[in-house]
Amino acid sequence: MPLFYTFHFYLFGIIAVASAIAFVTRKSPVAAALWLVNTMFALAALYVMLDAHFVGVIQVLVYAGAIMVVFLFVVMLLNLGQASDLADMRSRRGRLVAGALGVALAAQLLTMLRARVPALPPESRVPVNAVAPVAENLFTDNLLAFEITSILLLVAIVGAVVLAKPGGAREDASVVAGGVAGGVRRGREAGA
Amino acid sequence: MIAESLFFSSILFVIGVIGVLTRRNAIIVFMCVELMLNAVNLSFVAFSKMHGAAGQTFVVFVMTVAAAEAAVGLAIIIAVFRHRQTVNLDRLDLLKG
Repeated sequence: MPLFYTFHFYLFGIIAVASAIAFVTRKSPVAAALWLVNTMFALAALYVMLDAHFVGVIQVLVYAGAIMVVFLFVVMLLNLGQASDLADMRSRRGRLVAGALGVALAAQLLTMLRARVPALPPESRVPVNAVAPVAENLFTDNLLAFEITSILLLVAIVGAVVLAKPGGAREDASVVAGGVAGGVRRGREAGA
Repeated sequence: MIAESLFFSSILFVIGVIGVLTRRNAIIVFMCVELMLNAVNLSFVAFSKMHGAAGQTFVVFVMTVAAAEAAVGLAIIIAVFRHRQTVNLDRLDLLKG
């Protein structure tokens, strides 16, 4: 591995970890979300350095771009921008217990990493044009799962709309269906 | 670089776990879960360098599920906030006896 590559790999890894620590320790939800975006950008850089170019792009577009915007949108919709009386952090005892559990988990994971990772056989290196193998795998072996994914997203969209509507979760399905039909009717009237 | 990726991945995962355990704001707990999913994605990508492109395919699926989970979860948080005027997890204790 060239030194340039190694240096930047560690640089982005350390940026990701430092941003994650800043994210967990910030009190304001907005600041926390922005630090998490920073972590995701650093992770995208790591993905690109690991020859996963497509995943890196998707990381920036979907995670940093879409999901975090939804989070910030909800923070601002509920007006939780400044956490003053929320008592967000747990008490000192709770934090100590959580820290101890975290250290124990980290010790376990790092012990598992001591197991030898087999050396990379040279022929299994992904070629520089790294999108084509992903596409081939996604659209042949995993085609059914890929199609089911679209149904999952549709269900999630409908569920989110029903849940987030004022009084939505308790109204029965006919009201929802009526709302959809009403929207269609209004659309037709607007078109006519 | 696989070993280093797994190291960073486990550190990020542990930070996410500590965040879930220490915070009371439901939205921040959600973001910590996203961080844990990201950590797992990093290890998937690292292993895909060893075992071919299937790992990256899995990352795409994980991202899809994460997006769906974020949408539905945040909608639930909005619905809960409408009823209780709070997202503090300690005050959402309806199931406590």
